[in-house]
Amino acid sequence: MASIFQVIGAATAAVSSSTSFDTKKFQLCSRRSVSERKSSFVVVKASGSNRIGSRADQLVTNAVATKADTPPAASKPGHELLLFEALREGLEEEMERDARVCVMGEDVGHYGGSYKVTKGLADKYGDLRVLDTPIAENSFTGMGIGAAMTGLRPIIEGMNMGFLLLAFNQISNNCGMLHYTSGGQFKIPVVIRGPGGVGRQLGAEHSQRLESYFQSIPGIQMVACSTPYNAKGLMKAAIRSDNPVILFEHVLLYNLKERIPDEEYVLNLEEAEMVRPGEHVTILTYSRMRYHVMQAAKTLVNKGYDPEVIDIRSLKPFDLYTIGNSIKKTHLVLIVEECMRTGGIGASLTAAINENFNDYLDAPIVCLSSQDVPTPYAGTLEEWTVVQPPQIVAAVEQLCR
Amino acid sequence: MASFCLTKSRSFIIQTLKSNKTSTNRTSYIHNNVSSSPLPVSEHAYYSHKNVSIVFNHSFKSIYVSRRLHSTTSVDELPAEAPLQQVLDFPGGKVKFTPKLTFASGATKERVHCYRVLDDNGQMLTDSDSLGINKELAVKLYTNMLTLEVMDTIFYEAQRQGRISFYATTTGEEAINIASAAALNNNDFVFPQYREPGVLLWRGFSLQEFAHQLFGNKYDYGKGRQMPIHYGSKKLNYITVASTVATQIPHAVGAAYSLKMEKQDSCSITYFGDGGTSEGDFHGAMNFAAVMEVPVIFFCRNNGWAISTPVDQQFRSDGVAVKGKAYGVPSIRVDGNDALAIYNAVSEARKMAITEQTPVLIEALTYRAGHHTTSDDSTRYRPVEEIQRWRDDQNPVKRFRKWIESKGWWTDEAESQHYSSIRKQLAQAIQVAERIEKPPVADMFNDVYDVPPKNLTAQEALLRKTVKKHVQDFPSDVPL
Repeated sequence: MASIFQVIGAATAAVSSSTSFDTKKFQLCSRRSVSERKSSFVVVKASGSNRIGSRADQLVTNAVATKADTPPAASKPGHELLLFEALREGLEEEMERDARVCVMGEDVGHYGGSYKVTKGLADKYGDLRVLDTPIAENSFTGMGIGAAMTGLRPIIEGMNMGFLLLAFNQISNNCGMLHYTSGGQFKIPVVIRGPGGVGRQLGAEHSQRLESYFQSIPGIQMVACSTPYNAKGLMKAAIRSDNPVILFEHVLLYNLKERIPDEEYVLNLEEAEMVRPGEHVTILTYSRMRYHVMQAAKTLVNKGYDPEVIDIRSLKPFDLYTIGNSIKKTHLVLIVEECMRTGGIGASLTAAINENFNDYLDAPIVCLSSQDVPTPYAGTLEEWTVVQPPQIVAAVEQLCR
Repeated sequence: MASFCLTKSRSFIIQTLKSNKTSTNRTSYIHNNVSSSPLPVSEHAYYSHKNVSIVFNHSFKSIYVSRRLHSTTSVDELPAEAPLQQVLDFPGGKVKFTPKLTFASGATKERVHCYRVLDDNGQMLTDSDSLGINKELAVKLYTNMLTLEVMDTIFYEAQRQGRISFYATTTGEEAINIASAAALNNNDFVFPQYREPGVLLWRGFSLQEFAHQLFGNKYDYGKGRQMPIHYGSKKLNYITVASTVATQIPHAVGAAYSLKMEKQDSCSITYFGDGGTSEGDFHGAMNFAAVMEVPVIFFCRNNGWAISTPVDQQFRSDGVAVKGKAYGVPSIRVDGNDALAIYNAVSEARKMAITEQTPVLIEALTYRAGHHTTSDDSTRYRPVEEIQRWRDDQNPVKRFRKWIESKGWWTDEAESQHYSSIRKQLAQAIQVAERIEKPPVADMFNDVYDVPPKNLTAQEALLRKTVKKHVQDFPSDVPL
């Protein structure tokens, strides 16, 4: 392990000195090019004082795929798994590492979770540590908060993010506030997670995007995972964080397969991910829309465009550093999100970008969001409430004109 | 009787299943299983092995169907003689059948009895169950109750004079505050509503510390961020008060869960009023605590009023104690103005909670002799005579004083001495707290997260700049 650090010592220096991503050296591959990733996933310190919320003392890393010129020390091939398995792996590693980590939610115990994220954990750690709760979201979220204030690190699972609307009182009034109002005496290191987003005909009540409702709550952090790699890393980071973190997963992404490293890695909660570097336009997206964007990107590349795709990952606070660097390069911004048009993440992001980077924009920001309607059950209608690749292609063409 | 039922049911099952043409595998399996041993009749049959539960489910379905639809079931499904079923083996335990169509009344014939140790005149009832308490403890209980009473009066007056912005008294509930705290250990977690500063007082929070919080100065542990009376102390295991009603009840259950996980020899306790029991959080938490079997004490201060709502408009059950039965939580009703009764009940409840790992519900009947808060005038919705009666006759401080005086442990002289000493201390505390400066503006952005993120530091810088630019528009006594 030490040798890996030494090898990447030079690379670290390079990362910290550059203010923008050197696209030739560091290519964070998208899901398509997983096989190209080298085995030497290493621990690179996300250093630099201009990183938002950087904690030099914490080993938060941003593993970077290196090219063949750096010799792969201790090369392990990595292992392939699905996104829900990656979440489970992250969860299990943290439960192994820290006896205070526990899970609570509906059907997480013997049933293994409605999306199998906690499968097998109850058998391994007992059904007190992986706790099945009655159907009382506000109460068991409150329970998790109480347990966190008195020393545990609970992970509260909402069977579907939409159910956490019932827990809004506890999340907003207590989870977000108690660290502040108690004068810092009591901390609440909970992780609230669950699948959200528009699925395949789940009906309006089970297709909600709660990130837009939660984003105003002071005191919480929000992250959205989109690949097995970042799912595991963000899960581990969220568990280790002393702040309450809401981890948004997406119902349709649970079966994504990817090869992830064998070594332990933890991602930074406040960092965005460069999916595809480019020159012409910055496309900001997160969660499932990342895949729609990448699909559109294929089409765009064939048409001669060079979009830069960033998966913002951190929904609160925004990684304005990465986003800003991208805007300074391309001067055009397109936001593609699954939230509703009104009051969604895109709306906040638009405001933040306009405030901070107005001078660098050549055109007004375009924000593609879902329609302001309850998600219909009919498959075709449901498809057209969310943003589709052709719309993204059209928007980019319009922007770049 | 049971075996008779089982024999009958066994043949019945096989017959029914065969006639329903279930798969041969299942039928033969069930046949083997049933013929080898009787049906499981444990309390928790539904937890049992998956295969056995198939047998169980089928037996349940077939018995139930036959009893309900005997007139409509086809002849070949019914056995030759109808089985004489007295008991249904249902998840959670056996249930006896009855041919009588009677509804259980919503009202109880007799209200749950209320446990008390001292009578109205402070004399110990001869046949009461009571722990012996020595002079030292009795005097400590009394002096704390008196201190609390005086503290409430002085701080209330201070609010009326405009020195503090807000206050809520615990007048009438001094016994609940002090006696319950006395029965606990210092490492038991306390999750208060907002009318329990006495618990902090008992544990050693000083009058000066109370004053600091009320004035929101820089020595306030909450760093001036919360309203007055929203005390909190990590050191004394008293979780900061939040204004939201009943949200602390599930927190207490969570804390009890953490104690159970870490196998600690302590419990958690949460206080709430009669009004708080209407909130959904109360019900979810009670239910959950019973299912999880965690050491938590639910202490309901039934003081008759939720601001202006009397209890008969809050619920129609026999108070709160009966709700314990509904959730499977052992419960007791105590006289909330009897310090000894509360002390005994909480001591016993604590022992029970920890050794048996069970939640316990205590309903203390008392009266909110003061107004809801300083923003309320309760004479507008309740008769002054009623308030006066409770302040005089049922005053918990007076009752307990009568008792310790009868034991020769307290005198008038001690009373006046303590009374004036506390008054002096309070006046001093207020004076000191009033003069200390408020927390700086910089503190406003701390503790939102463990480390301030960039957007918050930017906001703070902007605010600082604005304040410096328009000094005259901002309060001068708040440092930057």
